[in-house]
Amino acid sequence: MIQNILLCGVGGQGILLAAKVIAAAAVKSGFEVTTNEIHGMAQRGGSVTAFVRYGDTVFSPLFRAGDADVIASMEAIEALRYAHWLRPGGLAAVSRQRLIPVTVSSGKAKYPADADERLAKVFPRLEYIDCHVEAKKLGDARMANIILLGALSRGLDGIPSPVWEEAIRACVKPQFVEGNLAAFRFGRKE
Amino acid sequence: MKQHLTGNEAFARGAWEAGVAAAFGYPGTPSTEILENLVKYPDVYCEWSPNEKVALESAAGAAIGGIRSLVTMKCVGLNVASDPMMTLSYTGIVAGMVILVADDPGQHSSQTEQDTRHYARLAKLPVLEPGSAIECRSFMIKAFEISERYRCPVIVRSTTCVSHSRFSVETAERQPRERIPFVKNPSQFVPLPLWGRTLRRKVEERMCRQAVDSSADTELNTIFRRGADLGIVSSGMVALECAEEFPEASVLKLGWAWPFPDELLRTFAASCKRIAVIEEGDPILEEHIRSLGIACHGKDVTPRCGELTPEVVASIHAALDGRPFQPPKPVDEAADLPSRPPMLCAGCPHRALFYALAQFDVIVTGDIGCYSLGVFPPLERTDLLICMGGGFTLAHGMQKAGETRPVVGIVGDSTFFHSGITGLLNLVYNKGNATLIVSDNRTTAMTGHQDHPGTGRTLMGEATLAADIEAIARACGMKRVRTVNPFDLKAMHEVLKEELTCGEPSLIISRAPCILKEKTAVKPALAINAEKCRNCKSCLKLGCPALETPDIKAKPIINAQLCTGCGMCSAVCPFKAIS
Repeated sequence: MIQNILLCGVGGQGILLAAKVIAAAAVKSGFEVTTNEIHGMAQRGGSVTAFVRYGDTVFSPLFRAGDADVIASMEAIEALRYAHWLRPGGLAAVSRQRLIPVTVSSGKAKYPADADERLAKVFPRLEYIDCHVEAKKLGDARMANIILLGALSRGLDGIPSPVWEEAIRACVKPQFVEGNLAAFRFGRKE
Repeated sequence: MKQHLTGNEAFARGAWEAGVAAAFGYPGTPSTEILENLVKYPDVYCEWSPNEKVALESAAGAAIGGIRSLVTMKCVGLNVASDPMMTLSYTGIVAGMVILVADDPGQHSSQTEQDTRHYARLAKLPVLEPGSAIECRSFMIKAFEISERYRCPVIVRSTTCVSHSRFSVETAERQPRERIPFVKNPSQFVPLPLWGRTLRRKVEERMCRQAVDSSADTELNTIFRRGADLGIVSSGMVALECAEEFPEASVLKLGWAWPFPDELLRTFAASCKRIAVIEEGDPILEEHIRSLGIACHGKDVTPRCGELTPEVVASIHAALDGRPFQPPKPVDEAADLPSRPPMLCAGCPHRALFYALAQFDVIVTGDIGCYSLGVFPPLERTDLLICMGGGFTLAHGMQKAGETRPVVGIVGDSTFFHSGITGLLNLVYNKGNATLIVSDNRTTAMTGHQDHPGTGRTLMGEATLAADIEAIARACGMKRVRTVNPFDLKAMHEVLKEELTCGEPSLIISRAPCILKEKTAVKPALAINAEKCRNCKSCLKLGCPALETPDIKAKPIINAQLCTGCGMCSAVCPFKAIS
């Protein structure tokens, strides 16, 4: 068994923490685990991706387009950009947040007005959540990434709920544990 | 104990376990985090040197002085450090020394795609190529053993993907080492031609012995033995991708990649019907295997440029099988998505400088750092960029070529100390009159805020002398030195107007801290008063990511999460609509 996860978004959105929690949960579940992070030029505002793989034997930290069991995106249209990485039947967990690129602000390109329709069409299995709004309701907008993590966890095999929660406890500061557990459960619908 | 480490964390761990007592380097993606991690361990001295040449020479001094030493850099850093490396190969070292070079196939963050194995051949030094964080640790330890076995430095070659991927790594405790007292021996350590000729012969003998030893080294060179129809020869992470992509083939993974293990290559080739060399970068291994009289596939099915990702390896597999290959393409719904180019952060002082420069008709020669992003619209204020320190020297040459527009050469503060000073000295000495600018944000920002000789702090966390850019420039003979805060748009404009037309050498220090480093400089977010805003879009000419217009007809708004309150947009708004 092997599970491939592609996380995407825009720099500063917290996808690296999500990758860290997945890796910790998979290690605790006894799997071989690799992660790979691509920062681009490390500036704010650029596209960021992270790969996570776990399973019985993992050779390489990268995988091929079309092989992701789950893609998770912290920004609505970034999910479309990487849609072809998802395998048939795979799960897409997408935040409704829209971040306007500078190319749109300068009038050189358009942010698609029909992003919702496009996402619904491209992803038969879609968890489409207003992560920032829901995180704010739970007490802190910064937990948006953990809500998305909860949502994406529904598409992954081999990691039971208690292990996910153990991993969150291990990866966030003690004072934020309870809030993040609530965020995770909200995303996971538990 | 098992730890989930990145390649760079594992390099640091391996070096520490191997008893490294001193480490030197200059920041450069993807190598930077090695020293940042190593400095957290006890009993090891670490420093950021001003440039890679200084770092390598210091590491050489330490290794000849009897302690195990490490030097780290990115691929282009080795261009700067190659001079001492060539001679060090002749003199050799006393205690182990590792030169860690991180290549960047795919050019994620480098101006060139260099294959460091060429340098290994030129310098006649062994090179090890780990493919995973597990090997980053174990190969680092082996590299020190090999270095001491042959009394020569060993190059460990990483790549972006190896340095930035995490694996579960089994770690051990440190093996402390005694310093080996230095014994004077000029015929070894002073390579005057007389002695150099003898050393030269010894280097050739050393390489012959290494080729035999690497052939027998089953720790560094491993074989995934499967079928006998196809044999793949590869190295680094690509070899691991091949092991996954080709379950039917045997894979020889070379960890000791040079000098080539001829005996091992011959034996492996004889065990398979067909051989394919799948290597990232140049066909170095392939050409050598052919020179042994072994027929093989190589660059006939493998791209020369870019990273060999699993998808590329799958396309090679298809080509070897004579099958068509059709990877999934981006969906139609993504065809018209707006791109997200990297850009200067909201509140970045470089933006203020480039905005001021955009008001003049000038040629700008730039340099390596965040400010290279000044080339992008809407600022578009970089016309030529080559390498570290080149901002000053290119401007000098351009001005000597008779360019009629004023020529402005820009370097950053860390770049000034890296290799900008000699260019400034040359400009004054040879009577150039380009306008030089240090865009001084008080840190090495692009690589994640490392200290440098101007920050007053060392990598060990100690306070130290902060080198004074003004004083250095004056000591080089620069008479006109002006220091300006670039957020004072009016003052910056005045200074530029004067200096661009003064007809003599001139240095402007544009000084304001990197907003990501100096969090205390962040002010409350500004907002646009929609009633006052006439939608003239003057503020959008700044290219600030905090200024958004979801639709080009709409008035801009400020994203309060991104805005740092720098005030640039407020200053350029003709209707005083932003406060």
